[in-house]
Amino acid sequence: MKSLGSIRRDFAPWNDPNAKPYIQFENVTKKFGDFTAVNNLSLTIFEREFFALLGASGCGKSTLLRMLAGFEEPTAGRILLDGQDLRGIPPYRRPVNMMFQSYALFPHMTVEKNIAFGLKQEGMPAPDIEKRVAEMLKLVKLEQFAKRKPHQLSGGQRQRVALARSVAKRPKVLLLDEPLGALDKKLREETQFELMDLQQNLGLTFVVVTHDQEEAMTMADRIAIIDKGEVMQVATPAEVYEAPTSRFVAHFVGNVNMFEGKVAERAANTTRITGATGAQIVVENSTDSKAGSDIVFAIRPEKIKVTSKKPADAVNALEGEVYDVAYLGDMTVYHIRLDDGQMIRASALNAARVTEDPLTWNDRAWVSFRPDAGVVLTR
Amino acid sequence: MNPTWSRFNVTSVVLGFAFLYLPIVLLVVFSFNESKLVTVWGGFSTKWYVSLFHNQGLMDATWVTARVGVISATVATVLGTLAALTLTRYTRFRGRILFSGMVFAPLVMPEVITGLSLLLLFVAVGLDRGFFTVTLAHITLTMCFVAVVVQSRLVSFDRSLEEAAMDLGATPVKTFFQITLPVIMPAIVSGWMLAFTLSLDDLVIASFTSGPGATTLPMKIYSQVRLGVTPEINAACTILIAVVAVGVIIASVANKRREVQRQLDEQAAQRG
Repeated sequence: MKSLGSIRRDFAPWNDPNAKPYIQFENVTKKFGDFTAVNNLSLTIFEREFFALLGASGCGKSTLLRMLAGFEEPTAGRILLDGQDLRGIPPYRRPVNMMFQSYALFPHMTVEKNIAFGLKQEGMPAPDIEKRVAEMLKLVKLEQFAKRKPHQLSGGQRQRVALARSVAKRPKVLLLDEPLGALDKKLREETQFELMDLQQNLGLTFVVVTHDQEEAMTMADRIAIIDKGEVMQVATPAEVYEAPTSRFVAHFVGNVNMFEGKVAERAANTTRITGATGAQIVVENSTDSKAGSDIVFAIRPEKIKVTSKKPADAVNALEGEVYDVAYLGDMTVYHIRLDDGQMIRASALNAARVTEDPLTWNDRAWVSFRPDAGVVLTR
Repeated sequence: MNPTWSRFNVTSVVLGFAFLYLPIVLLVVFSFNESKLVTVWGGFSTKWYVSLFHNQGLMDATWVTARVGVISATVATVLGTLAALTLTRYTRFRGRILFSGMVFAPLVMPEVITGLSLLLLFVAVGLDRGFFTVTLAHITLTMCFVAVVVQSRLVSFDRSLEEAAMDLGATPVKTFFQITLPVIMPAIVSGWMLAFTLSLDDLVIASFTSGPGATTLPMKIYSQVRLGVTPEINAACTILIAVVAVGVIIASVANKRREVQRQLDEQAAQRG
């Protein structure tokens, strides 16, 4: 079976027309004075999904999360959770909990008091609270830190306390606002996998806000890419990367090369494109590619092969010169200046220790790629 | 930096400290004077301290001052904290600038004017001057100082703490008492102490607004001095200085210790 990306996803309620949506944003608009933070946005999230809102800072993703938590009310539209309209319900009565970017640990309380805070508010009996707190401390591996105050903990430990506190009440939905933003790179990577395991084990729905595409790709079942208060695309990480639906998404996630051109000719399965400078490339058919229309062919660097000679069997091969080359260990990155002036970024996985065809600065080189290696974009 | 005790530095330090503390040192020294004459040394004695505790007038005044201080500082702290909350939290209401101006005006208002205007008010509404009016006047005087201290803490207060509490199910009222108040408590305590100190050493406003039977310690001392300084007053002042000094030293040592402990904790936490 062919599939985009390397992961087979068995959990995919978004493809099931009978699946019941869990969280629904329906035409939600949020204005702060004259500024529109969220613009007529609709979005559906399913139960047990790990959903990521990805976008640059100021794109409105945090506002979405805050509306779900109840700290902001939509100016227009409505938000449903499990079929219930959330309008007018204050944050302290919503069955969602949030993990804050700053962690917002109560500085005057010990770790266990912090975790117990939410349970006390709902009037849980003391012995049950004690049991649940112990369970949570075990979950985040902080048993021996129960009596410490937040300032006596390292950044990673604080992050885990914040997490334990926010899941202690077993909320229907856990909201995470840049949960790993304050951690260093190595710890962040470890914690990403821990969060995924936690979400699996607890069977909760997670909605995470992040500006880090790698983080979103690693953890999320689906990613919504937000720009200027609007959804640009909602899809699995593989779809977002391999089949972006707009130039914005293609640029936002990963690196990409864009060939601007016009549709020259449509055959049974392929479309021939004439580039702005006359180069001809052949790509797989897209529904949008009518003859004569302006289109863009977007292709990722690792889908492009760089060779010193023209490959005999290549459908698409363009000649140029090595402008820059960088050896990164696991892969090598080439910047090739094509003869028509366009700069191409290509990367090759260093699967072998020895290469037959080394290239250096100013060498003549060919870039080649398959017709199905990229996508045709019109937006 | 290399601290060098050059002649210039030593001279500066000595002159500076002499300027600040010589009067106080003299006062303390002469409180142990055997002689009744304040400026003539007649040998060491603690008899003025003994006679001080038998001076009913001074003891009464001390008691009045303590009660006025505690009550006015407490009420001023409540009102000042509320004013500070309003000023930092509700940044957009009609007349906010006017309100903040009016809260802080007593900071710069000459005490004579505050005292006189309060006196006129009390006379106009027919309030008998005494313990109640002094306390009221001191609340007016000190509230703005509390507001300034608490407001500066609230400005740096992380609002997400309150959001987190509400998110976890605490109502706004519970959030205030369980999260906001404990976190800003150090500022409220300093505000209270400031208010208490201001009330303790106020002479001008108290003279305007006090009546018979409600003479505060500064008023008593001032009136006795006009009849001639006795070493008894020196003794009273020495005790007052000692009380304030001990309070300040305890507060700063505790503060320093907390700071050091916090740094150690944080270093330990970073090490893992």
